[in-house]
Amino acid sequence: MEKFRAEVMLCSGTGCVASGTMKIKTALDEELKKRELEGEIKVVLTGCNGYCAQGPVMSVYPDEIFYQALTVNEIPKLVEEHFLKGRPYQKLMFKEPEEKLAIPSMRDIPFFKYQVLRVLRNKGLIDPERIEEYIARDGYQGAAKALIEMTSEEIIKVVRDSGLRGRGGAGFPTGLKWEFASKVQSDMKYMLCNGDEGDPGAFMDRSLMEADPHAVIEGMIIGAKAIGAHQGYIYVRAEYPLAVKRLQIAIDQCYDAGILGKNILDSGFAFDLEIYQGAGAFVCGEETALMRSIEGKRGMPRPRPPFPAQKGLWDKPSVLNNVETLAQVSLIILNGSNWYRSLGTEKSPGTKVFALTGVINNIGLIEVPMGIPLKTIIYDIGGGMKKGRKFKAVQMGGPSGGCLPEGLLDLSVTYEDIVKSGAIMGSGGMVVMDDNNCMVSTAKFFLDFSADESCGKCTPCRVGTKILLDILTDITEGRGKERDIETLMDLSNDIISSSLCGLGQTAPNPVLTTIKYFRDEYEAHIKEKWCVAGVCRDLCTFLIDEELCNGCGACLRACPAKAIIGEKKKPHRIIQDLCVQCRTCYETCRFSSIEILSAKARETNRVESVSAER
Amino acid sequence: MQRLKIEDLQRIKEKHRAEFTLREGGYRAKVTVHMGTCGIAAGARTVMTTLIDEIAKAGLEDVIITTSGCAGLCAREPMATVEIMGHPPVKYCDLNSEKIKEIFKDHVIDGKPVEKYALVVGSETTY
Repeated sequence: MEKFRAEVMLCSGTGCVASGTMKIKTALDEELKKRELEGEIKVVLTGCNGYCAQGPVMSVYPDEIFYQALTVNEIPKLVEEHFLKGRPYQKLMFKEPEEKLAIPSMRDIPFFKYQVLRVLRNKGLIDPERIEEYIARDGYQGAAKALIEMTSEEIIKVVRDSGLRGRGGAGFPTGLKWEFASKVQSDMKYMLCNGDEGDPGAFMDRSLMEADPHAVIEGMIIGAKAIGAHQGYIYVRAEYPLAVKRLQIAIDQCYDAGILGKNILDSGFAFDLEIYQGAGAFVCGEETALMRSIEGKRGMPRPRPPFPAQKGLWDKPSVLNNVETLAQVSLIILNGSNWYRSLGTEKSPGTKVFALTGVINNIGLIEVPMGIPLKTIIYDIGGGMKKGRKFKAVQMGGPSGGCLPEGLLDLSVTYEDIVKSGAIMGSGGMVVMDDNNCMVSTAKFFLDFSADESCGKCTPCRVGTKILLDILTDITEGRGKERDIETLMDLSNDIISSSLCGLGQTAPNPVLTTIKYFRDEYEAHIKEKWCVAGVCRDLCTFLIDEELCNGCGACLRACPAKAIIGEKKKPHRIIQDLCVQCRTCYETCRFSSIEILSAKARETNRVESVSAER
Repeated sequence: MQRLKIEDLQRIKEKHRAEFTLREGGYRAKVTVHMGTCGIAAGARTVMTTLIDEIAKAGLEDVIITTSGCAGLCAREPMATVEIMGHPPVKYCDLNSEKIKEIFKDHVIDGKPVEKYALVVGSETTY
C-alpha cells in the first residue's frame, strides 16, 4: 500500500457533483501535480457526507479540516496554504454554526493521542458478530492475497522481513517459527492459536478475541498456508465465555462464507478450524503443555527438543502463535514488511497491546508503538496515579515478570530493554502500584500463584517455588532471618536454570526484581520487623500523629475493630490491643495523620486503659 | 450466506463501508454500545436495552444501534459512541440508563451532543 501524507476526501455525492465536484477534482489534481505533491497527497472521491448545502465540500485527513463551498479559482491558493505551507486555508474552512463544543478531540486527550492502533484497528468500530463488518474494514483481503497470489515461501519471507515477534511473551520471531515448520515433511500439520491468557491483571487477548475474532482467524488461515497445515485449533480458556461465543460465531460464519473449510475463496486451499476450551491451568499456556491438553491428556510440558515445529500436537509438526501475533499477520501481508517496520524499533518493530491496570486513572486496553518510554504509558496514556498517590512500581509480565521502580520509568518498551531490567515484556499485563503496596507481599502474591499453578512434573519448580513461598511467608509474618535474602536469590537462580519449562524458568522473576530494586524493604521486614507500607499485619503499628489529627472522627467511624477513641475536634488515639492493622484508618484519613511504624512500636505506644479513656 | 469469491470481498466491503459511514445506508445516526466483558460487567446491557426501548418508543427508522467490543478505556465503561451523519463520532462514558436516555433525546434526535457526559470526539489513529 502506498503511503500518503494526507488524504483529501472530496465529496462526490449527487449534491456536490451538481455544484461542481468534478471540476474541483481536475483542478486539485492539476495543482498537486504542478507542485509535485501528487505522490504525497491522495484525493479520494467519497459518497455524500450530508452537507450538500455548502457543496462542493471536502475533508482533509489526518488534520480533520473541513472545507466547504469550494471553487476552482480558490484551489491553487488552498493547495499552497494547506499542503505546501501546512496551515489550514481559513477562508474556506467550515465554521461551526453554533458555539464551539466543549468536548475535547482525540488529540487533546493523552489516552488517545499516544496510541496507534494496528492490532486493535477495529476496536469499538465493528460488530464482532457480523463478518460483513470485518470484511468492510479490509477483512480477509490479506488471506485472499496470501492464498491466491503468494507462495508459502513468499508469505514466510514477508513475515520474517517484517521482524514480527511472538506477542506471547518470549518474543520469538514468528517468520522463523513458520519457516521451521514449513520445511518439515509430514502428512499432517497443525496451526494453533494460544488464547490461554492466564496472567493476573492481563486481558489483551480476551478483549481482542471478543472485539475482533475474525482478525485471529484470518491470521491462522495465512499461517496455515505458510506452513502447509489444514487443521487448526484455537485454545481458549473456558473462563472467557464471551470470547468463546464470539469466536464460535465467527468460525461458523467463515464456514458459511467459504472462508474456512474446503477450497477457501476458490483458491483450492483447505483449512478446518475448531475451538478447544482449556480448563484454566496457567501451565497450559506453555506450548508443549497446551498441545498435550488438546490431545486430551493432563496439561504438562515436555522437554524440548524436539520442538513443536518437528513434533508438536499428536507428534505432528505444529505452530503455536499468540492471539495478538496472529491478529496482525493480515496487515503485514497487505501492507508489506517495510510498512510494518515503520513503527517500533529495529529489533522490536511494530506495536504492542498492553492491559493497563492498577492504581492509575485510565485503566484500559492500549496499543502503543514499541520503543515508547514507560513513563509515557503510565503518566500520559494512563493519566497518572489515582488520587495523586505516589508511584512505587510497575509490574510487567505477570507471574513471570518483574517489578520496575520509578528510576526505570525512562526505559523504552522493547523486548531487549525490558529483559535487561529483569522483567519481561510478557503478554502485556502492566499493573501500576503505589506506596500502599508492600513489595515483599507482591512477590509473595505472584509466588503463591506460580507455586499453585506449577504442574509438578519437575522438582525445581514444584519444590523450589514452594520453598520460595515459605520463606516469603515467613518474612511477611515476622519470622524472617538474616540470610533469607541470599537464600531467596540462590534458590531463584537454581530454579531458573534447572526448570523444565517457561513457568519455572520465570517464576522467580518477581522475587529477584523486588530484591534488586526494593532490597531495603526486605531488610526492613527482616531486621526491623517493619512493613513500611503497612500491609503485613504482624510487622506494623498504626499510630495517630496528634499534631496533625484535627479530630474529624472519620477514622473512628471507619474502624471495624472500634479501636480508635477520642472526642470531636480533639486528637484521636488508637488502642493497640484492639487494633487489627487493617489499614482502614490510614486510607480514610484525609490529613495524613496516621503513621505506620514497626511492630515494636506497639509496646511503647500503648493506650493503657480502655475504660478510663472512654 | 453464499460461498464467497475474491471479488465478493470487495463488493461486501463497498456495500458495508457505505453503511458504516452512514452515507448511503439511508441512516442518519449510528449508536454503538461497547460490549466487551468490561462493558457488560459495568452495565452495558442495561444501556443497550434502554436504547432499544427509546428507539421503539420514538418510532425512528433512520438510526442504527449496534454493538462492538471494548473501546479501550475499561475504567470508564459502560461506553457508547454516537455518530451523526456528517459529524465526527462522540464517545460517551460512565453511562447508565438515565444518561443514555438524555443522550438519545439531545444528541441522536436533536443532534446536539451532551457535553457533560461526553469523553472525546473524533476517531483514533490507525496505522
